[in-house]
Amino acid sequence: MADAKVIPFDDDRSRARRRPGRPEEPSGAGTSGPAAVRALPGAREVPDEPDEAPAAPGPVAEPDGEGAGRAGWERKLAGGLAFLRRRVTGEYEVDEFGYDAELTDQVLMSLLRPLYEKYFRVEVKGVENIPEKGGALIVANHSGTLPLDGLMMQVAVHDHHPAGRHLRLLAADLVFVLPVVNELARKAGHTLACAEDAERLLKAGEVVGVMPEGFKGIGKPFSERYKLQRFGRGGFVSTALRAGVPIVPCSIVGAEEIYPMIGNAKTLARLLGLPYVPVTPTFPWLGPLGMLPLPTKWTIQFGEPIPTDGYPPEAAEDPMLMFNLTDQVREQIQHTLYKLLVQRRSVFF
Amino acid sequence: MGKVVLVTGAARHLGGRFVRRIQRDPEVERVVAVDAVEPAHPLGAADFVRADIRRPAIAKVLAEHEVDTVVHLDVTGTALGAGGRTAVKETNVIGTMQLLGACQQSPRVGRLVVKSSTTVYGSAPRDPAVFTETTPAKSLPSGGFAKDAVEVEGYVRGFARRRPDVAVCVLRFANILGPRVRSPLTEYLSLPVLPTVLGYDPRLQFVHEDDVIDVLRLVAHEPRRASLNSGTFNVAGDGVLLLSQCARRLGRPTVPVLLPAVTWVGSALRTVGLTDFAPEQIRLLTHGRVVSTVQLREVLGFRPRYSTAETFADFAASRGPGLLPPERLAGVVDRLADRIAPGAVPSRDSYDGA
Repeated sequence: MADAKVIPFDDDRSRARRRPGRPEEPSGAGTSGPAAVRALPGAREVPDEPDEAPAAPGPVAEPDGEGAGRAGWERKLAGGLAFLRRRVTGEYEVDEFGYDAELTDQVLMSLLRPLYEKYFRVEVKGVENIPEKGGALIVANHSGTLPLDGLMMQVAVHDHHPAGRHLRLLAADLVFVLPVVNELARKAGHTLACAEDAERLLKAGEVVGVMPEGFKGIGKPFSERYKLQRFGRGGFVSTALRAGVPIVPCSIVGAEEIYPMIGNAKTLARLLGLPYVPVTPTFPWLGPLGMLPLPTKWTIQFGEPIPTDGYPPEAAEDPMLMFNLTDQVREQIQHTLYKLLVQRRSVFF
Repeated sequence: MGKVVLVTGAARHLGGRFVRRIQRDPEVERVVAVDAVEPAHPLGAADFVRADIRRPAIAKVLAEHEVDTVVHLDVTGTALGAGGRTAVKETNVIGTMQLLGACQQSPRVGRLVVKSSTTVYGSAPRDPAVFTETTPAKSLPSGGFAKDAVEVEGYVRGFARRRPDVAVCVLRFANILGPRVRSPLTEYLSLPVLPTVLGYDPRLQFVHEDDVIDVLRLVAHEPRRASLNSGTFNVAGDGVLLLSQCARRLGRPTVPVLLPAVTWVGSALRTVGLTDFAPEQIRLLTHGRVVSTVQLREVLGFRPRYSTAETFADFAASRGPGLLPPERLAGVVDRLADRIAPGAVPSRDSYDGA
């Protein structure tokens, strides 16, 4: 795995090489891969896309003389330059949610990958429980003061799913109020956690990730770690039922300890209009250094999917069924959390 | 017997184009073009009636010409010639009220088409990403053209209740662009350097003026088979462009400004008279707005000929090159590629800017 250490600019191809299961894609992985996914009612292919896409792989496929190293380097450079050319001229596409597949693949995921691979050393289990195609709703626990768990889950699906699926996260409205954060979130494919957006994405056959605990989960004190909070009002279940997609429970271990929240500056939070202002053993005492998360060892386990297509259409209006399904999902995640915690050797290794 | 179509706002560019186009349709016998000012462009064989729709005289025009189809295009954001925001608001709201009153009086009117705008949805970070016709706005527009449009639609709904025999169609247009359209947005996009809001990259949708004319013609006539042409419809080109993409395709550099400063710069520019930077415009350029056009396609059976990107390309072609033309930037990258790795990137000199 020597080549795993370098973070190539045009990393899609190199990942395809690392993972034999994945079919080889043309260099425009950013453009051709998600194009199928992007078959939304509003989206349409720009006609000159095809002559952009094969830019890189064509002329560099002569690895005879200098050896594969130079060819690979040239190919990466060519891919990077083609990418740069598309960026400076604005000739790339975003979907109606503002998801910039190319930027996410080539830049945003590459920025998160060191955190994922080297810092938190995330171990992914059961990624094959996410269906190869069609919509699915991934429901996960939420923790860690800052929503790094969502981002790590996105990298996990992006890098490890055999079909190379993209996770579309549903984020709190606070994300879309903050400058810079909202721009990056939209470009990374996140959208507002509301029934309309979730249903639109699921009906378009996307994999949608949701953390129904919301601020109650992410902002809970350290003493309550790994205790699932109330799962909202179960809106995610009715959305999944209406779209007829399976619910994939997901348990994330390790995120609880990155910022152990021992206190909450409630007055300051109210002043700033934030849901909480964490006080950890290092923050705010060490200043910016206290913002550094603890390097815990993470495990992300995707559980058995819970099918929802067996229910009649009016089931989405049945509150009792909603509560039962919500509890079933919650129990399954909680159970898996306990199992993973028992298996864990230590918080940091 | 053919139809008699009355078009308001005929002195404007879109109104004039629509008047010239609809009179060529075989179902149309006569076109009555109405505006408060003399149009600068020809109107073909249409009868021009100089009337202010804010006055009750409009009822007389309807009766005299035996009008059966009313196309109300005089709902706009900017004044034609002199007149400030007050006059615009009067024409939009009072004008619509008078016109609807006149329509209610007239037994002959059987079809009403009203031009509205997607600004009725507002722009807020807490809104869903895509608006459908039934999405309620989270934050109702507080003023400006957006509020006018909301009020106009309210009066139109009241009229539709009182006259159920009239087919009423409200078209909510996304930002209309075209080589000859002038609006606050086109003025903004024509600035040599585009001020943007720091940390926000709004999603924008455009509709081409040719598509506007076509969809107006479609709803002004009887519905085609297996389609319904009354109700409320969003009209926008396919796809979405980010403001940053627009700026790059136009070749205009952007200057990110802090949100409070944007408001200040906007009002400063407005005072100088450089651009009409209304608060609703700033909200659009902060949070963006995307609408669903499923109803337009499936119920009305209309497919816009231009996508958002194609509309924008047509608009960009009509403007002069900016300070950083995309062709030149692409050339720089290509030259860089040639220098670093000759032969690695196929040279693509034929950049067509599309």
